[in-house]
Amino acid sequence: MTELIFFINQVVISGAVLGCIYALGAVGITLVFGILRFAHFAHSELMTSGAFFAFLLAGAFAAWGITAPIPMGFVVLPIAMVISAIFALGIDKGFYAPLRKRGAKPVTLLIASIGVTLMVQGLIRLFFGAGSYSFFETETKDVFRVDLSAFGSTRPLVITEPQLLMIVVTALSVIALHLFLTRSRLGKAMRAMADNADLAQVSGINTALVVRVTWIIAGALGCMAGTMLALDVTLKPDLAFNIIIPIFAAAIVGGLGQAYGAIAGGLLIGFAESLAVFNWTMVLRPLNAILPEWLQLPATLAFVPTEYKLTVAFVILVVTLLVRPTGIFKGASS
Amino acid sequence: MIQRSLTLFAGLFALILVIGWVMGLPFTSSRLVEAAAYALIALGLNLQWGYGGLFNFGIMGFLMVGGFAVTFISYPVNPQFWGADGPWLLGRALLAFFAGALLVLAARQSHRAGITGKWKTVLTVIAWFVAYCIYRSQIDPAAAYIESDAGGKWVGGLGAHPVLGWLFGGVLAAAIAYFVGKISLGLRTDYLAIATIGISEIIRALIKNMDWLTRGTLTVSPIPWPVPLPDAYAGGGQPALLLARGGFLLLAIAVLAIAILLISRAYAGPWGRMMRAIRDNHIASASMGKNVTARQLEIFVFGSVLMGIGGAMLVSFVQIFDPSSYQPINHTFLIWVMVIVGGAGNNWGAVFGAVLIWLIWVISEPLAKAVFDVVSYWSSTAGWGAIPDIEARSAQMRVFVLGLVITIALRFAPKGLIPEVVRREG
Repeated sequence: MTELIFFINQVVISGAVLGCIYALGAVGITLVFGILRFAHFAHSELMTSGAFFAFLLAGAFAAWGITAPIPMGFVVLPIAMVISAIFALGIDKGFYAPLRKRGAKPVTLLIASIGVTLMVQGLIRLFFGAGSYSFFETETKDVFRVDLSAFGSTRPLVITEPQLLMIVVTALSVIALHLFLTRSRLGKAMRAMADNADLAQVSGINTALVVRVTWIIAGALGCMAGTMLALDVTLKPDLAFNIIIPIFAAAIVGGLGQAYGAIAGGLLIGFAESLAVFNWTMVLRPLNAILPEWLQLPATLAFVPTEYKLTVAFVILVVTLLVRPTGIFKGASS
Repeated sequence: MIQRSLTLFAGLFALILVIGWVMGLPFTSSRLVEAAAYALIALGLNLQWGYGGLFNFGIMGFLMVGGFAVTFISYPVNPQFWGADGPWLLGRALLAFFAGALLVLAARQSHRAGITGKWKTVLTVIAWFVAYCIYRSQIDPAAAYIESDAGGKWVGGLGAHPVLGWLFGGVLAAAIAYFVGKISLGLRTDYLAIATIGISEIIRALIKNMDWLTRGTLTVSPIPWPVPLPDAYAGGGQPALLLARGGFLLLAIAVLAIAILLISRAYAGPWGRMMRAIRDNHIASASMGKNVTARQLEIFVFGSVLMGIGGAMLVSFVQIFDPSSYQPINHTFLIWVMVIVGGAGNNWGAVFGAVLIWLIWVISEPLAKAVFDVVSYWSSTAGWGAIPDIEARSAQMRVFVLGLVITIALRFAPKGLIPEVVRREG
């Protein structure tokens, strides 16, 4: 039982947390790809800047003496999401819309998005320096330890308050997104445009509005993912820049352009990463008693060493591109 | 067109003179050597993107491979490693690698034994897994032994001439590019971009963590120069420094000139026309009987060779191989900005863009510092207080400047400052 709890702590919880962040990021990328047909690299900066908006707001709220039972980062999240959505719209208006108007190829937009990445990254570093910040400098990070000695486990089940809230918030927003895409007119219009942009336009769908809504959703979800990542670890200027490729991997594994695929891909990559570096000896140690002398388990028996954790996502990405480029949910083909 | 290029190059020359006058000759001379190496790398990307229309976002990986190659070839021999059991253990690991490779190849041929469909897939996956386990079981103890004191801490170098190391950098980059291209060249542009970024990150993780081979984050220095070092000149001081760097610069420019000559000749010939045809309409050129995939693989490998050599030159010049200093911004996106701003498809454009962007990149930090100093002086006299941490902030400005340059270039000069010249015969 102790081993099972250890497994849950190490793999299930950390995989779910990582998977939620990847999934929320990948939904934004996949929606932008579906509607505008280009790989939006600057999504990482939407995430990081969203986290910094939330950080500033949390600081302001704390300075005004507002207190809440949950971490301040979650209280200010809705406001930060609105600001991020406006920010995303502004980036589109300033950098991508002129290129689209000129009829530039998707490749040009991709390069432009890298330019935006560099600019936003430079601005964030200009204002906040290269150091790291924490949401929990003034408040404490609550850690829940569920005592499971009744089930014969010597270890408690450990989960922090932000992690628990993160999983709940992600689940809620995924349901909201699902309802939006399947029930509302605008959501259906988005899916129609992702399927066939020309056909959608001739059927009278307001494509300009759809593009705006896409950026609003991408910015808001990006802010949510970035803030939650910063709440789980620390806030730094290259917070999301370092994980943009796993997020792209999640979007591609799920099938680019498929919102549900992105969620599945995000969770898949999150669990795969934490499973790959898991030390199996901790779980299989009881086997040592029955195994012969020459077949004792080594001290660490992980599938890949911990320092290669991030490469797991890249390997999954490359294998997916080779074997099934359309991804799990049959997205845009290669 | 010629007049425009000449004006631009004259302007660039004037900019170099101004930088030399303001920042001093030692600073400018080393920046120029680096600019020559970057020009070579930009030519490599120009081959891939400008001629072939291939989207390589994994430049960093090829630069690291080149850097590792020159370190391995030119660093002095480590007798402690060769005297201990390390080579023998590595040989066993190599055997295990080949055994694993054979196993995978055999599984892939299993349809000949009557195993087809789903069973073949299952067998292939199992073969990959077993091969991985066999290799890990041999390489892990070998790596641990070599990294220990008894094994000599790391493999060391071969002590050969650095120019051989540059060539080996090209060869190694070509070999890796062949596999990368085989895997990913069939993909559409944005998939190719993401796949190459992923592969370059894998290369970075490997080089950073294979301490037995590359010393990883412990870094290797000093790596010898292909030309005499400043100490070799009598007198010493600044003249010796400038003479030594001048020698390195001449060598770098010679390599660059050979590369430009070869590429321009290829571009003007039938091979270049075919490449442009494939870039502009690969379906039409396939219908004319051109083997599109093979040609694209060819040009991907050629471009990567130049990147490997350029990466090796950079490491040779700074004399230190530090895997953790490689960043996608500095080593992939920077090169892209060079080629886009300079003019994709035009070699002189790529060279011009490389030198210009490299100079902008290196002077934007002191320039930002000067601007901040002035503003800070202003704001403190106006009673608002000085700007805090000017040093750290101005170091970050160059990333912003790079982003600004690329967005402006895409908006107002999408074809670059010296665009491609399409000659129409007949």
